[in-house]
Amino acid sequence: MDVLFDILGSANFWAAAIRIATPLIFGVLGALICERAGVLNLGIEGIFVAGAMAGWLAVYLGAGLWGGVLVAALAGALFGLLHAILTVVLGLSQHVSGIGITLLATSVSYFTYRTALPDVSTPPRIAAFQPINIAGLSDIPFLGPALFQQTPMTFLALAFVAIIAFVLYRTPLGLAIRAVGDNPASVEAQGLSVRGLRIGAVVAGSALMALGGAFLTMSAFDAFFFGMVNGRGWICIALVVFASWQPGKALLGALLFGAFDAFQIRLQAQIGQVVPGQVFLMLPYLLSIVALILVARRADYPRALLQPWTKGQRH
Amino acid sequence: MTDIPASALLSLENITKRFGPLVANDGISLSLQRGEILALLGENGAGKTTLMNILFGHYVQDEGVVRVAGKNGLETLPSGSPGAALAAGVGMVHQHFTLAENLSGLANIRLGTEALLSLGRASAARRKIEQIIAESGLTVDLDRRVADLTVGEKQRVEILKALYRDAKVLILDEPTAVLTPQEADGLFVVLRRLAANGLGVIFISHKLGEVLAISNRILVLRAGRKAGELVSATADRRAIADLMVGKAVAEVTRAPAKPGAALMAFDKVSLRQGASRQSLRKVSFELRAGEIVGLAGVSGNGQAGIAALISGLAVPSEGELLLYGKPIHRADPRALVAAGVARMPEDRQHDGVVGTMSVADNIAIEEVRSPAFSRSGWLDRKAMRARAQSAIAAYDVRCLGPDAEARLLSGGNVQKLILARVLEREPRVILANQPTRGLDVGAQAEVHRRIIAARDRGAAVMVISEDLDELFALSDRFLVAHEGEITDAGPAEGLDRSTIGLLMAGHSAAAEGLAS
Repeated sequence: MDVLFDILGSANFWAAAIRIATPLIFGVLGALICERAGVLNLGIEGIFVAGAMAGWLAVYLGAGLWGGVLVAALAGALFGLLHAILTVVLGLSQHVSGIGITLLATSVSYFTYRTALPDVSTPPRIAAFQPINIAGLSDIPFLGPALFQQTPMTFLALAFVAIIAFVLYRTPLGLAIRAVGDNPASVEAQGLSVRGLRIGAVVAGSALMALGGAFLTMSAFDAFFFGMVNGRGWICIALVVFASWQPGKALLGALLFGAFDAFQIRLQAQIGQVVPGQVFLMLPYLLSIVALILVARRADYPRALLQPWTKGQRH
Repeated sequence: MTDIPASALLSLENITKRFGPLVANDGISLSLQRGEILALLGENGAGKTTLMNILFGHYVQDEGVVRVAGKNGLETLPSGSPGAALAAGVGMVHQHFTLAENLSGLANIRLGTEALLSLGRASAARRKIEQIIAESGLTVDLDRRVADLTVGEKQRVEILKALYRDAKVLILDEPTAVLTPQEADGLFVVLRRLAANGLGVIFISHKLGEVLAISNRILVLRAGRKAGELVSATADRRAIADLMVGKAVAEVTRAPAKPGAALMAFDKVSLRQGASRQSLRKVSFELRAGEIVGLAGVSGNGQAGIAALISGLAVPSEGELLLYGKPIHRADPRALVAAGVARMPEDRQHDGVVGTMSVADNIAIEEVRSPAFSRSGWLDRKAMRARAQSAIAAYDVRCLGPDAEARLLSGGNVQKLILARVLEREPRVILANQPTRGLDVGAQAEVHRRIIAARDRGAAVMVISEDLDELFALSDRFLVAHEGEITDAGPAEGLDRSTIGLLMAGHSAAAEGLAS
């Protein structure tokens, strides 16, 4: 028990939990927007890779850090548009298209990286985002280092949670997005475009996913590695269900996962001699499966999720 | 334009719409005045809904023009745009509601009325809607999730959606199909009040009685064409029915039953479904060859249990269910079908057919293992199509052929398909659960004729229905279900509606009266 309290009592642990959660916050918000509109986007894993690579490469080639963020978002939006054309316009299987996007985006990213840098053996580094000090807040004992010494992208992620919650629940646009994921006929009967809303949601959601990838190469690390996304996209797909498609709960889910992950790293250091390391690596995934079982059985799915919409067809 | 009065709200001119080789609308014209309630009457598949979907922009017509009253008299409405129809003041309440169930009533009404990239005007919207509610009497809790509203309340939200957009024309597609009689009466009061304030209403229905009660004028459609136009006040029921089906509707007649041996028997059968709910309590009765037994009752009083037992979907928790004198111990639908039990399920679209499979597949689906449709484990597609062809012809299933997907068929045609599937095998026991719910007059008569013919051939038939008229038309003997118990009301002769009604409400005195 002492080990447990030692870990939970360190500011360093909480800072790490939030840092690990940041890419997941971007990813889960992106997936949430897509699914609220009725489109499952399994391209997320590949879009993470594309965002990570595109953002990093832009900065490596001389763009500013925020310029890199923008390039990453554009790359994500582009793959999102492809997914939207395949699933919304052509009405193809969202599963198949999503997996295809993941494979395509991953390979294109690796290919671009190798083509742009054919001769390097160690990944080149960039000057990544650094943690910022917020006057006053960051100096509070314990809470300051635990919560307020993060990079700007983490604060951006947190801002997006609030923005997306506001848009979804407080604006006509959010109303339309929630409606189109529940019953597209309701949207069409009120004179709005089902296709337009869904394409927009998938493109915007994919741009957010790419920011999750960009955080990895521009905040968490300062270089691009193959395999660095390592399933984070898939975790986001599970977290959306855990969050019952609500932004606030999505933040909670991402933080919870971040905490598990930070916890296992520290636990490994403490009692790693007794238990094999792989057990600790499994821990966050096991716990997220348990959390899913507890929460998702009651989940209120968007009713039109996975259902293509064809105007003028007899339903 | 001179022949159109100044108070005209709407005119449809020579509308034609084809779905492949099927002509759904063939040169139909109609007009609507302020304050008028126009009924669009016709059988299922006559083209009523298609016509209104063109007016509302869900479908694009192949020929013809839609004009709606605007600033400069009647203006042509661009086709294929619900947005344009809404803007022109046309509101539509679909048969299948177009509501987002995860949103509140208020949110559904506001949806699409405010600029997407704005903060919205929730409180102004609420004020306007509350005023409309006060004027029209369409009471509904605006803040409740639509999923938690009753069907009647959902319909009110749909009407409010149209009124909130200042609709001049309100189209209602089969609005009473989902309502209880009391809710339907309430709707009629609202519609009359709205029409008195100048709204033009188009009321789509296949129920003659309610059309005569609510409308000023009736337009009858048949097979995609306009069959006639009448003034409701002077219209004759009989004449309209003939216009609808295109020929005189023959009364279904029924010779007295000659009951034979008991084919299926319930002996003190109890059934528990779920953890605690007891759906049947010590039920005993017999289904005899050559007799139609009608099961009356308010829905949810044990009918589902009886149907599940006869269909082979359940076995008694206590007591015995005997088929041809032998007890059934295992829930085995396939064995029952093979033994000659025919099932017409209550929810025919959901439980009766596989929507994404073809008509031929659905015809053969209950006996794919029989030599008729398969040889050493391989399907005989040719035989399946041939049977479907003959079934389509014999039962008048209107569809594009054996390969058409079953989900594209209208309700009446799905029921005919099911009839063809189960009756062609000459079953000995028939369960007809709500056999004509939602069907039009013509299809209804056809289904009744087929059921009576099966009885005359010697089948034991159980009809479960919430429609007492139907039960009186078909039944030789009456059973009444109340809270899981079944009362034998005896032969249909000598029974009247009020006796059955009392039994349905659980008055055992009525049963004692029968005995004495």
